[in-house]
Amino acid sequence: MPFVTAKDQKPSYDVVVVGSGAGGGQSAYTLAMDGAKVLMLEAGRRYVPEAETAMFQTPDQAPLAGEGTTDKPFGFYDATVDGGWQVPGEPYVRVSEEPAGRFDWWRARMLGGRTNHWGRISLRNGPYDFKPRARDGLGFDWPIGYEDVAPYYDKVELLIGVYGTNEGLENTPNSAPGCLLPPPAPLVSDLLIAQRAKRLGVPAIAGHRAVLTRPLDFRHSPARLHPGNPIAQRILAEDMRRRASCVWATPCGRGCAIRANYQSTTVHLPPALASGNLDITTDAMVYEVTMGRDGRASGVSFVDRLTGGHQHVAARVVILAASACESVRILLNSRSTQFPDGLANTSGKVGRYLMDTVGSTLGGQIPLLENLPPLNEDAADGHQLYTPWWLYGPQHAGKLGFARGYHIEFGGGKRMPGYGTAAGLEWLTGGSYGAKFKQDVRRYYGSFVYFDGRGEMIPNDRSFCEIDPLVKDKWGIPVLRFHWEWSDHERGQAAHMQQTFAAIIDAMGGRTHGAAQTDGAKAIAPGGSIIHEVGGAIMGSDPKSSVTNKWGQTWDVANLFVADGAVFASNADKNPTLTIMALAWRASDHILGRMRRKEL
Amino acid sequence: MDRRTSIKWVLAASAAWPVLATRSTRADSSLPVRGYGTDPKLVADYRPGELWPLTLSASQRRLTSTLADLILPADEHSPSASAVGVVDFIDEWVSAPYEDHQRDQTIIVDGLGWMIGESIRQSGKVFSDLDTTQQHALCDAICDEARARSELHSAARFFALFRDLASAGFYSSPVGRKDLNFIGNVPLARFDGPPAALLKTLGLQ
Repeated sequence: MPFVTAKDQKPSYDVVVVGSGAGGGQSAYTLAMDGAKVLMLEAGRRYVPEAETAMFQTPDQAPLAGEGTTDKPFGFYDATVDGGWQVPGEPYVRVSEEPAGRFDWWRARMLGGRTNHWGRISLRNGPYDFKPRARDGLGFDWPIGYEDVAPYYDKVELLIGVYGTNEGLENTPNSAPGCLLPPPAPLVSDLLIAQRAKRLGVPAIAGHRAVLTRPLDFRHSPARLHPGNPIAQRILAEDMRRRASCVWATPCGRGCAIRANYQSTTVHLPPALASGNLDITTDAMVYEVTMGRDGRASGVSFVDRLTGGHQHVAARVVILAASACESVRILLNSRSTQFPDGLANTSGKVGRYLMDTVGSTLGGQIPLLENLPPLNEDAADGHQLYTPWWLYGPQHAGKLGFARGYHIEFGGGKRMPGYGTAAGLEWLTGGSYGAKFKQDVRRYYGSFVYFDGRGEMIPNDRSFCEIDPLVKDKWGIPVLRFHWEWSDHERGQAAHMQQTFAAIIDAMGGRTHGAAQTDGAKAIAPGGSIIHEVGGAIMGSDPKSSVTNKWGQTWDVANLFVADGAVFASNADKNPTLTIMALAWRASDHILGRMRRKEL
Repeated sequence: MDRRTSIKWVLAASAAWPVLATRSTRADSSLPVRGYGTDPKLVADYRPGELWPLTLSASQRRLTSTLADLILPADEHSPSASAVGVVDFIDEWVSAPYEDHQRDQTIIVDGLGWMIGESIRQSGKVFSDLDTTQQHALCDAICDEARARSELHSAARFFALFRDLASAGFYSSPVGRKDLNFIGNVPLARFDGPPAALLKTLGLQ
């Protein structure tokens, strides 16, 4: 089965999946490989990474040296198509434009969604992360624990390919044997950061990223992933053989034409399509889940972006995986006499507890890294090493003044020269120009390091989205309005990050670029800018205070599921993508079981 | 400085700029000029002027060339800025239809105008005709914002942006990559990390 237009769709499907990113891709994969007839609807256009990815293009081949613009915020060669914090014709509303109260909503209108450009950082939530309230009384506990999700983390890692090591650190789980690929060799800057951070008691271990540091184990993994399903095993083995391993060049954010990293379009969708059980319709902007008289979802309605026509498709089960906020928007726009405040919203919690990640950055210049010999430092495109949160003890003892923690993403190296190579060097050069400037650029090239903190935001009542009563997008679909507020916990983390980064830079004998920011409110990046949007349809154990149960099944509508970041009841410092996939696989296994038992 | 920082910086710079007689104008403002859009073809080779018209005048381009070569002259490692297309790059940049680039255009065009006016005021010649000592004297006064006299702050901001753009054009070129001994962006069968001898020298092994 193939890519189909609206008129070629079947009259009905077992499951319709809205969205094609991490959650949608994993759902469609799991369901189709096990025989369910699936239709995937994607709002953006079809995207073919093998043909469209700019793999070895250099900045001089791009307009503006490839620097970002409002059309392509992450640079010309970034994989994102028709996306960004603003999408033409698809507005949203913010109640505040102030940095402290704004939420910027990232979208990618393309097959595979934001998985095409994401950072590939694949960290597991740990046991604490599923029961945060039990530990400190803040936020919410999930209705599941680490042990419920661990087998699915293993499966996802085996399927997509994740490098890393098992270090046995607190709340930083090990993977089952054989799940992880070997980590890449660290760079000089990585090793220097690790050495000096260690002197401060800050650990640095191998990063975890969805990049193939060697070919996947196509002989054994398919049987581990699909026991008792020889067809799925054969399809997956064939597909794994077609994925090349990393060639240690070109940034992952461009996507990967040789399929050496995870993106939904190169990992989930090809085998799912090969199963013959998946149809995909692109340019299908879903705006409503329709309800039958039996109180069950009957299907979804969408705008065909190519014709502007409105279409409907029927299914036994509806899975929303359109991105946390877009899934919320679909629910809130699906109003009926039974659900006047939006579908599956009798709790009033749809749109509530929107979360992003706490972000703060500091860079520095390190004399020890000056004038190194020529080195190819493209490596795995960064994150060879990282620092997991390490201060559980002092925090438990009440010594930090904020709850929850952060991990550190850091790096350096002689990366592809471009706009940033020689820009703004006055703080080091005193404004040199001429022959001296060229010498200075050579001296400083490759001597910079950066530190990005990624911390846990605790859900709060003042961070949410709702339908704006006035504004509609170009198809007439009502749009979201965002409310946003940080708490002292997040501001405290951001200030602590700055202090930590400055201490590490100092321990490296370097100097920080600008002073470390001691005011957390100024150190914290605006909401939405880290693009870890989760929450809005949180899972829980009580229908009165949550939108879905532990399977992502909405409390109100038995055959309606949410399989993206919207179900997150907390947003650990760990980047959400791996958890989105693990939960989507788990939910789809549950759906398959209930469909077999004719309960759905 | 990353682009986000530089945008903030440019915003501050344009707000502080005094109103000058020579405001920048688009060469052909009757044509609707758009950016490359949210879905440009990536696997292609773009040349300045291909996506939007270049807008600097011949005299502005001459001065741009002189100044770029003053900042990035030929030396034993690499040729000068103008020899690797930096003038076209700067022209493409300031002619781009995006808001940030329009702000940069104002700073660059007004700054080039200031350079011309100032060199005539000081020595009765256009900047390109000054001798090297005179050119350096003028640039020394504006090459570092932190040290520039207060009445020269706008000019110093212009110089900083110009230097950023000239070096962006230079170091993103094949010549610039070679100058920095960049040896990446090639497929490797394996990646072994830095040589052990180097790590030993640095005390990392």
